Amino acid sequence: MTDVLMPALSPTMEEGTLAKWHVKKGDVVKSGDVIAEIETDKATMEVEAVDEGVVEEILVPEGTEEVKVNTPIARLSGDGGAAQPSAPAPAPEAPKAVVEAAPVAVAPAPAQVALRDPQLPEGVKLVKITLRDALRDAMAEEMRRDDTVFLMGEEVAQYQGAYKVSRDLLQEFGDRRVIDTPITEHGFAGLGVGSAMAGLKPIVEFMTWNFAMQAIDQIINSAAKTLYMSGGQIKCSIVFRGPNGAASRVGAQHSQDYSAWYAQVPGLKVVAPYDAADAKGLLKAAIRDPNPVVFLEHEMLYGQEFEVPEGVDWVVPIGKAKVRRVGTDVTITAHSRMVGLALQAAEQLAGAGIEAEVIDLRTLRPLDHETIVESVKKTNRLVTVEEGWGAMGVGAEVIARVLEHAFDYLDAPPMRVHQEDVPLPYAANLEVLSMPSVEKIVKAVKAATYK
Amino acid sequence: MARGQTGSTAKRKSNDTGVNAASESGVTQDQLLSYYRDMLLIRRFEERAGQLYGMGLIGGFCHLYIGQEAIAVGVQSIKVAGDQVITGYRDHGHMLACGMDPKEVMAELTGRAGGSSKGKGGSMHMFSTEADFYGGHGIVGAQVSLGTGLALANKYKANGNVAFAYFGDGAANQGQVYESFNMAELWSLPVVYVIENNQYAMGTSIERASSETHLHKRGASFKIPGEEVDGMDVLAVREAAGRAAEHARTGKGPYILEMKTYRYRGHSMSDPAKYRTREEVDEVRKTRDPIDHLQELLEKKGWADEAALKAIDAEVKKIVADAAEFARTSPEPDPSELYTDVYLEAAQ
Repeated sequence: MTDVLMPALSPTMEEGTLAKWHVKKGDVVKSGDVIAEIETDKATMEVEAVDEGVVEEILVPEGTEEVKVNTPIARLSGDGGAAQPSAPAPAPEAPKAVVEAAPVAVAPAPAQVALRDPQLPEGVKLVKITLRDALRDAMAEEMRRDDTVFLMGEEVAQYQGAYKVSRDLLQEFGDRRVIDTPITEHGFAGLGVGSAMAGLKPIVEFMTWNFAMQAIDQIINSAAKTLYMSGGQIKCSIVFRGPNGAASRVGAQHSQDYSAWYAQVPGLKVVAPYDAADAKGLLKAAIRDPNPVVFLEHEMLYGQEFEVPEGVDWVVPIGKAKVRRVGTDVTITAHSRMVGLALQAAEQLAGAGIEAEVIDLRTLRPLDHETIVESVKKTNRLVTVEEGWGAMGVGAEVIARVLEHAFDYLDAPPMRVHQEDVPLPYAANLEVLSMPSVEKIVKAVKAATYK
Repeated sequence: MARGQTGSTAKRKSNDTGVNAASESGVTQDQLLSYYRDMLLIRRFEERAGQLYGMGLIGGFCHLYIGQEAIAVGVQSIKVAGDQVITGYRDHGHMLACGMDPKEVMAELTGRAGGSSKGKGGSMHMFSTEADFYGGHGIVGAQVSLGTGLALANKYKANGNVAFAYFGDGAANQGQVYESFNMAELWSLPVVYVIENNQYAMGTSIERASSETHLHKRGASFKIPGEEVDGMDVLAVREAAGRAAEHARTGKGPYILEMKTYRYRGHSMSDPAKYRTREEVDEVRKTRDPIDHLQELLEKKGWADEAALKAIDAEVKKIVADAAEFARTSPEPDPSELYTDVYLEAAQ
């Protein structure tokens, strides 16, 4: 007897819907037969039989939602030499341990987050949507508003987005404005920049920022520098966006955080939102911005739900940090997914009598150091958190600014939490060791507060 | 004056078998005279730029266009309003051909406030939105993707314009050129790729750098038509550019023109030129010079006597002298310019 297990469709998938069974009890299946279809919010996949045998029992009926990865979904009788355990889809077991270890599973309650900027008009409703849909809505709204805004990238149109961020945009806007490109990051980034120089407002999606290294010359040498080199003549209003940083178990080449790289370049604006309201409001601001904007998203946040204001033109200004938790004992700065970890750490620390103030940087260039300095003047202690490497990093810059503007207010050396100084390992345990964690933040805060 | 009298059309053709010959039909006296003037302006301008470089007034890199004048002028002659030009760092000739003010171009070379980029771009980075000139790019090959993007914008806006993306035989080996070729043909973008094959990528001859030296064939695997053109003959350039632009403008997609040409000067001012002989350069100057060729044609047709040519010469010399004077006397940019033009103000 062999159990067929619920497969994972991606390294970050934890559960999915068993959409359809193609076999029923008593059917004979051979290796390679499609036996079922499963779905997540990102993708649909057919489950192929690995073993041969007769379907003895369907354990999970079709239409069942939230089926956990690795749950047995059917049982085959073992006529077909089924000595080895079934593995219905690529790597069904591996991600589980990591997913549990990864802090993404526990999002801080978004209800606590006050949407203070800009001021919401009376009576505006907040609705819970995923960060993925918030990004999509931002693009759709701006495309409705301005015909020169268009989206280009790999799989953005017919496939509906590698991470489904561009879902339904092709249907609404057509292939003139939602353009599938070949796999040629260097080339299509250059085309995007050229079209921006001619007055269009492209949104260039990179399937991940890791692939944008092929295109970094066009982002920096062409997009960021040309306004200056032309004495203000050549404008380049363009958004480069996509997931940045580590997903889970995808290895060193697919896991790098480029925050510090782009944040170093004058001429670029660099935005890295944490929640869906900021993702939507900042992406709308980025699309309207007359400058090139690097917009760093996070794959691990795409599926998370947050509250977003409904029915208003929600635009969050670029260049403003946000105090996400008020505290008196230590200032923690973070951006993107690390904000979630910092908030969790703050809750733990509160139990130990330490009240942390958590600042979500939101924009890395221009960096709103006023908000940070103001906080440190109150707390006298600083811990920076970033997903990328520490050397020459965002935390290093934050600390330098604090030293410049609030040196006399510090009661302890600032501490940095960041990825370990190694390429991100694949092995589950080493990956966890390498990445910043709630525990590492708690430890750093305790060191900074001499607790 | 380097204008020799030994060149002949017959010699030129025998040197370049299979190269499209010039057509003299349909060209007016005024047109020919204006091409002559424009080419001469580029040559005299570049000679003066070389001189100013030697005097220490121009810094950094300075890549001269001498020898290649027929290409920028010939292509310019068939452009319509709104057609864009983009090129690499050997860009002075294109800017002058596009009608940019020689004073502003020269003052940019000297890094002065009166330069077209207020002194912040330099020789390799100049632009003019007024003249539809999009640079002036220092990274070899980058302008090919950017130019294809200009064409994407033309198609998006349905404005009927064509983008002319120039690059050299060296850039023709960059990967992004082929990424751009692929998308341009895939999406039928109105772009003409003008390859200025001057035989040397810095110090490396085309034979030493390219497995296929007939660069007009480089679009074959993308189904982009291409042809080889005598880039030393402004009328051949004009005719081929007209054909290519028509192809692009009528929705048939990109077109490749390989202009066979030669640069007389070094790659940049700091080029020891050990990779070719003096004799090779002299031979081209004597037998294939684009300006000599045009002068002969004008004389043969009886469209310009010595006095008329001298008048053009004098006019050009004066323009260049004024440009050099302006470039020398225009002040350096105000220190307050250091932090301008980094960002545009976002409208709230």
